Amino acid sequence: MPTDMNARELLRWSWRQLTSMRTALVLLLLLALAAIPGSVVPQEDVDALAVSRWKNAHPDLTPVYERLGLFSVYDSVWFSAIYILLMISLVGCILPRSAVYWRALRARPPRAPRNLSRLPEHASYTTGEGADDVLAAAARELQRRRYRVEVREGAVSAEKGYLREAGNLLFHLSVLVVLVGFAMGGLFGFKAGVIVTVGNGFSNNPTQYDEFVPGSMFAADDMDGFSVDVEDFDITWLTEGPAKGQARSFVSHLDWATADGDSGTYDLRVNHPLAIGDTEVFLIGHGYAPVVTIEDGNGDVAYSGPTIFLPTDATFESFGVIKAPDARPDQVALEGTFYPTFALGDGFPRSVFGDAVNPLMSLFVYRGDLGLDDGGSQSVYVLDKSQATQVMQDDGQPLRLDMRPGDSVELPDGLGTVTFEGIQRWNKLQISETPGKLVALAGVVLALLGLLGSLFIRPRRVWVRAREEDGATAVDLAALDRSSGGDPERGAAELAAIMDTLRAGSGDAGTSKENS
Amino acid sequence: MTDASWETLSNQAVAAAGVVYFLALMAHLVQWASLRKLPAEEVVTEGRTAMAGRLGVLLTGVAVLVHGLALVARGMAADPNRVPWGNMYEFTLSGTFVVALLYLLLLRRFDLEWMGPLVVALVLALMMLAVIWLYDPVAPLTEALYSPWLVIHVVSAVIATGAFTLGGICSVLYLLKERSTKDRGYLARVPGLTSLDRTSYRMHAFAFPVWTFAVLITGPIWAHQAWSSYWNWDPKEVWAFITWVVYAAYLHARATVGWKGRNAAYVALVGLATLWFNFIGINFFSTTSQHSYAAPASVEQRSSYDAGQVPLPVPPGPPASPSA
Repeated sequence: MPTDMNARELLRWSWRQLTSMRTALVLLLLLALAAIPGSVVPQEDVDALAVSRWKNAHPDLTPVYERLGLFSVYDSVWFSAIYILLMISLVGCILPRSAVYWRALRARPPRAPRNLSRLPEHASYTTGEGADDVLAAAARELQRRRYRVEVREGAVSAEKGYLREAGNLLFHLSVLVVLVGFAMGGLFGFKAGVIVTVGNGFSNNPTQYDEFVPGSMFAADDMDGFSVDVEDFDITWLTEGPAKGQARSFVSHLDWATADGDSGTYDLRVNHPLAIGDTEVFLIGHGYAPVVTIEDGNGDVAYSGPTIFLPTDATFESFGVIKAPDARPDQVALEGTFYPTFALGDGFPRSVFGDAVNPLMSLFVYRGDLGLDDGGSQSVYVLDKSQATQVMQDDGQPLRLDMRPGDSVELPDGLGTVTFEGIQRWNKLQISETPGKLVALAGVVLALLGLLGSLFIRPRRVWVRAREEDGATAVDLAALDRSSGGDPERGAAELAAIMDTLRAGSGDAGTSKENS
Repeated sequence: MTDASWETLSNQAVAAAGVVYFLALMAHLVQWASLRKLPAEEVVTEGRTAMAGRLGVLLTGVAVLVHGLALVARGMAADPNRVPWGNMYEFTLSGTFVVALLYLLLLRRFDLEWMGPLVVALVLALMMLAVIWLYDPVAPLTEALYSPWLVIHVVSAVIATGAFTLGGICSVLYLLKERSTKDRGYLARVPGLTSLDRTSYRMHAFAFPVWTFAVLITGPIWAHQAWSSYWNWDPKEVWAFITWVVYAAYLHARATVGWKGRNAAYVALVGLATLWFNFIGINFFSTTSQHSYAAPASVEQRSSYDAGQVPLPVPPGPPASPSA
């Protein structure tokens, strides 16, 4: 770095450094390197659960990692810094190159070098034909081969392959387009999740969703107005073969209606999202919701309805909590496991199949303050046991209710009755709006087209010079391949073909020498 | 034919292809062993040595046919019939098939005869690896995989992988030959440095757009359909992106900074390392890889989305807790 520069020179120097090809290359490799940690350290927006697990396992490293932004690498300052620098470098590269290209497009093919035989591809012959005739024939032949041709000073200059640089510029420009599309999705889109028991529905409104992640510039007023009902859910299971126990297919039968009065039905499956306006609905999960009624000690129904149990493994063994804060004299809560196909394996209760073939629910009972009275929010999947006590049997063991659908059990101490009415299914739906996805797609497709152009269009220059001397005409041909991955054999073949055409046209069998 | 007999046929065809690849390798080794005795400039076009070379290529052709049959049978053995790249075993079989096929197709055009023993040995080794460690009986795919994108996305990824691998072989040979001072033997007989460099470039120039298509066009389209988000920064995606960036740097370096030969070969090999790490490594080494396609709110459909991934039964993780 030069040391004696004023601010202006320093600025110019920095700009030149930033936009140099070498810097672009370093930034590219840096980008690849910087992306690695995100694949090794769990990421907040990919798998929040894994992140919290990791944090629990590594209490010492966590603050360091948090400071470095390693749990959300792709939003981190340093990752952004690299790609923003790369983009600036890219713009700084495209602009001047576009100007150069604009001039090159309108420029005439360059003058023939003085000594054509010095070029890597070269051939020559002599003929009885006049020099002007040779040049005219050469110009015709080169035009036929889609060269831009210029005849001057006893030589033909020809050039083709201008689209290579156009492809190159298109590619770089498209990278920016992709980025714009990507940013649009992040800024103006939203992503939401909702669990719906079959028979119920939701409308497209943040308040209806269990999770709602809006983009930073998302306006809830712009959300498409529609509602969706899950009418029915079908699932077929593989009952034999190596993938036994796996779901073969599942489909959610939806009714939907928009605010404008449109409505319809849709069979929602994986890979086949439902699109309403700009919003799309995806089926991403399913599970069981046992229907339980709790009658309290006073004989009043304190809770009745389906409760969502969350699957913990592929056999759909599911965990859930049923809370009856309105039960009197004491609040009651149930916590436990639902086994769709119950079996004892190695002495332990477990589910052996995902379908509800032999359903059984096994619950522990709690009484006392469930922590819901102060109105604070609490997860429906977690029981606050800090002020609740577990109900025990006379022998001191925890009371466990093992129930099948239809069973009804009376709780001790006049706490009430629990009835397992039946089983419903739930679907987890993801709802998202991703503006700019087509912009991004168009960007990548254009980038690919540009890439093909910049890789496979071969810019070439050809010169043909004819000089009359001693009653004969000496013809020199030469070519220059300007593509980086030149294919000398094809170049040589083209030059030879041009010469053959010229000589065949003159009907001349003069002497020739080739040197390519 | 029943599904079971198709499966048996596939297994037998894999074994047969392995034997024929081995014979092809032997033929090539005979050829190169006798070429060792001759000065590198001497071109052998007839006699036993040349015959062994031609036999090697012929046997490779036969092996590729049988290899192809194994793949077809594997697809027919599944119910419903499907493309034969549903798990690591099948993906490795398909990948090696493409490498061998590309070699045969490009043999004349790029004078790749010298590559014969290397390609055959590589394919044979990977096939053995697949049979010993990766074998899985034919199983139906998870529902998410029944999509036309399984064909388009995976085929393009495999073709790009095959071409990158062939390009990488050229780069390795370039680096070896550059250091070699011998005037006879294998290294002396492989094409000159310029030619190796150029062949390597052309393989990469072919593979890169195909990779772009696979990773940045068809991948996101499918991801959007299946998971609602076209880019999820999942480990597999991240590494596919890293591979893309490294190869972009390779092409960029050649086009602008004028890196050729040694430096370019190094970048190409870094790219190849990331490519194969993504194909195999990430499934075994990354902490989140086993469930790499299972974001918190997922069900089993995500578990073996990618053909290159070990299809483990993935627990449908609990969704983020809504508030009571």
